[in-house]
Amino acid sequence: MTPSVLPLGDPAPADGILPAQAAVGAASRKFSLYAHIPFCAVRCGYCDFNTYTATELGGGASQDAYASTAVREVEFAARAMTASGLPQRKLSTVFFGGGTPTLLPAGDLTRILGAAVEQWGIEEGAEVTTEANPDSVTLESLQELHDGGFTRVSFGMQSAVSHVLKVLDRTHKPERVPQAVAWAREVGLNVSVDLIYGTPGESLADWETSVRTALSYEPDHISAYSLIVEEGTKLAAQIRRGQVPNIDDDDHAVKYELADALFQAGGLSWYEVSNWSRTPADACQHNLAYWHGDDWWGIGPGAHSHMGGVRWWNVKHPTAYANRLDKGESPAAGRETLDADTRELERIMLVSRLSEGLSIDTLGPAGRHAVAGLIAEGLIEPLKAFAGTLVLTLKGRLLGDAVTRALLP
Amino acid sequence: MSPMARTAPVPAATDPAIIRNFCIIAHIDHGKSTLADRMLQLTGVVQQRDMKAQYLDRMDIERERGITIKSQAVRIPWEVDGTAYCLNMIDTPGHVDFTYEVSRSLAACEGAILLVDAAQGIEAQTLANLYLAMENNLTIIPVLNKIDLPSAQPEKYAAELANLIGGKPEDVLMVSGKTGVGVEALLDQIVRELPPPVGDPNAPARAMIFDSVYDTYRGVVTYVRVIDGSLSPREKIQMMSTRATHELLEIGVSSPEPTPSKGLGVGEVGYLITGVKDVRQSKVGDTVTTFHKPATESLGGYQDAKPMVFSGLYPLDGADYPVLRDALEKLMLNDAALVYEPESSAALGFGFRVGFLGLLHLEITRERLEREHNLDLISTAPNVEYEVTLEDKKIIHVTNPSEYPSGKIAEVREPMVSATILAPSEFVGAIMELCQSRRGILGGMDYLSEDRVEIRYRLPLAEIVFDFFDILKSKTRGYGSLDWKADGDQVADLVKVDILLQGEQVDAFSAITHRDKAYAYGVMMTGKLRNLIPRQQFEVPIQAAIGARIIARESIRAIRKDVLAKCYGGDISRKRKLLEKQKEGKKRMKMVGRVEVPQEAFIAALTTDESSKDKSKK
Repeated sequence: MTPSVLPLGDPAPADGILPAQAAVGAASRKFSLYAHIPFCAVRCGYCDFNTYTATELGGGASQDAYASTAVREVEFAARAMTASGLPQRKLSTVFFGGGTPTLLPAGDLTRILGAAVEQWGIEEGAEVTTEANPDSVTLESLQELHDGGFTRVSFGMQSAVSHVLKVLDRTHKPERVPQAVAWAREVGLNVSVDLIYGTPGESLADWETSVRTALSYEPDHISAYSLIVEEGTKLAAQIRRGQVPNIDDDDHAVKYELADALFQAGGLSWYEVSNWSRTPADACQHNLAYWHGDDWWGIGPGAHSHMGGVRWWNVKHPTAYANRLDKGESPAAGRETLDADTRELERIMLVSRLSEGLSIDTLGPAGRHAVAGLIAEGLIEPLKAFAGTLVLTLKGRLLGDAVTRALLP
Repeated sequence: MSPMARTAPVPAATDPAIIRNFCIIAHIDHGKSTLADRMLQLTGVVQQRDMKAQYLDRMDIERERGITIKSQAVRIPWEVDGTAYCLNMIDTPGHVDFTYEVSRSLAACEGAILLVDAAQGIEAQTLANLYLAMENNLTIIPVLNKIDLPSAQPEKYAAELANLIGGKPEDVLMVSGKTGVGVEALLDQIVRELPPPVGDPNAPARAMIFDSVYDTYRGVVTYVRVIDGSLSPREKIQMMSTRATHELLEIGVSSPEPTPSKGLGVGEVGYLITGVKDVRQSKVGDTVTTFHKPATESLGGYQDAKPMVFSGLYPLDGADYPVLRDALEKLMLNDAALVYEPESSAALGFGFRVGFLGLLHLEITRERLEREHNLDLISTAPNVEYEVTLEDKKIIHVTNPSEYPSGKIAEVREPMVSATILAPSEFVGAIMELCQSRRGILGGMDYLSEDRVEIRYRLPLAEIVFDFFDILKSKTRGYGSLDWKADGDQVADLVKVDILLQGEQVDAFSAITHRDKAYAYGVMMTGKLRNLIPRQQFEVPIQAAIGARIIARESIRAIRKDVLAKCYGGDISRKRKLLEKQKEGKKRMKMVGRVEVPQEAFIAALTTDESSKDKSKK
């Protein structure tokens, strides 16, 4: 997943050499890999990710050639990291996102993964996930992914209700999902399903159906995201023209509360604002790496990377991306080097979303001063706060950004 | 046609018989400044290469709005039948807010050019100034301008002017300031028709101040018209209202750049520089005499400027308070009509209550403060001064609703105005409806021509200070014009309406209204605020109240969700920037109790829809 709009930042050098800050303390940080697969069978109406349908691209950026291009960035990344003074670290987690990674033959995905493992090695029992569309997998392709090193699959289920899927432009048949989940289990993959709530036209009953249906598949993990209408998407245009009703934050809040209650009853606990897992070990480790501010290299067009407070992002278009790598140049479009204050702001913003919580001792005076008020407003757990950790309540999770703002100086 | 004068008469040695002092009475946009420009060019006082549009309007705001706020006086040579004459053109402000300044400018002249747009006809304010000119016994030269416009209707409006001043339509001059057509004939006409000034050259000096301008480099520049006697350099002068004396550092005439002279004699117009730094020490309307041979009687007509409209001015950023204070101090040097005192508002912080002559004065002052001093300001809804008599007979003057006493009021008096509205007759119904809804009493109605009517109303000033003019304009499709002057006061059934956010009174939104209108104000303001204030983490009731009685109520539901669901593929930068933006926004919030109110909500709530739509009105 990469968004369509890239941030503004500093220019990034063609040789990919990182500012010195990236290497400071790197040996004690985990290192992950994200691989963006920018292809979809059709573009969903709500999606503003950097993704293309098969007919939109050709040449070096085509689906057929993509794995080779991605492998080239893996090799580039390894060289650039070494040249930047970063220590050799094994991969802690790997995540293939899109687009629809499973639109590529399983062999392409395992080839990219293999190239990364060859460069860096991988930790014992490391989590290796791919996102998948329920109708772009078969028992055989899942088996091949598993045999090639994947440990986990995250299905884009979104909803169990046809009319909701239709608004989202999702092409899969709802009944396809249990089949895909069963196959994934059969080959030994850990399974997550993604849900979207608050789609225009989705009733509370529709959402309850989706949540109950997802739970009935007994996944190890569920992500539930509220629909965000992004500028420039087909859905945004439809709402503007009044063809579909606008989304409503109050509706989102009600649905979040319902989902959280049902997930809990179904044996899943929240570990991040939008993520629930059956056991702590089932929490998506790659996802946690983002919230913890670990290092990761994102390969693929539009992919984001982070190393020790240096963030950068690749050019968006697959053709431009492929051309850069063909010339042996960094595909980065821009980057930013965060100062200490900004890194601290990010830390508060990211860690406060987790159930493990934010240590109150690590906060500055302004943050510590805000704690009592947050308890009074019912936004954080009082007992946890007394014990020195700031953990969001259910109300606090829904008002997470307000909590973060309150904690900032 | 006369050429420009070959030899210009010399100041201090000019025979009054060859002096002609005149001003131009015109409505905004009727082309006064363009005509003045053309005169300066034709008479050769401004070279072609130095010419810029609206030469005499020195302030940026004057040029941009096409209006004259401060008047100027220019000495122009012009030859008729072989005699070189000296014409003094005294530029006058054209707006109703500055009636007093206009009356002083008129008093400095023997004649006035009544300049009217040949496509639009006369407007109410011009009519008001024309009355003032006639009261001062000025000789009027009627002129239709912009005759080059395709939409000009010279015959129709010539008849209208002739009807007004009692002459023949054929006597109305036709000019185009733009092309210059008719301007030479107009200059000739000024020489022929206007009487020369009359005064006693041997009497003690008496000169009337018709303008006083602060100049950063020269201090206060005082513009005077000498009535009797003469003034000469390095003489000690005396202000007759205060008896204050000043050394005369420089005396001269504007032609149009300041040119020092050997003095000013009877009938002459020029400037004085004394080193004074504040226009209050050199007030418009005052009489200047000499210290060694003082006059015993002043020229009369002097009045202190009286503010009519009051508004709180607050810096958007509280840290700018000292900047605002310094800026007001500076502005005051150049604006004798401006009065202010510090005040504080629970909602808006520290600011000033400022008194103005009228709404335009308010707008211009605010605009100058913002532009010349780089300030962002909130101005509270303008209000008038009320005289409140308490039950114990104590009288207090209220210029700020938050000072309105609660209970124990015996009587409240509010200032009244007599208003004159000119408009095409088809709008009479709409205008009467508007004035009636503003508690107006019809005073009379006259037809100026077949299809143009003058309607007179007596209205509470408070009813016209907020949005009256905007509504008048929209109800008359832009054709209606308004003039008003103070007309005593009246007892009124007034109440103070408070606005409460979560039970907390927001002083900036309090208003004094007629009892019959309190409910409408309450409903309007609570409704407006409901849409302007973002949802908080708790429900926020918004109430309008008279004393303890709630008259209107709205409520803002608590926000339930304020969290971004996900970070797309690790695009943390995007999420962080969003958060930083929100954080920045929070800094611009004012806290009312626990409620965060954005500055924009204050501004929007205090602005009328019409005035925010069209900032360049009037």
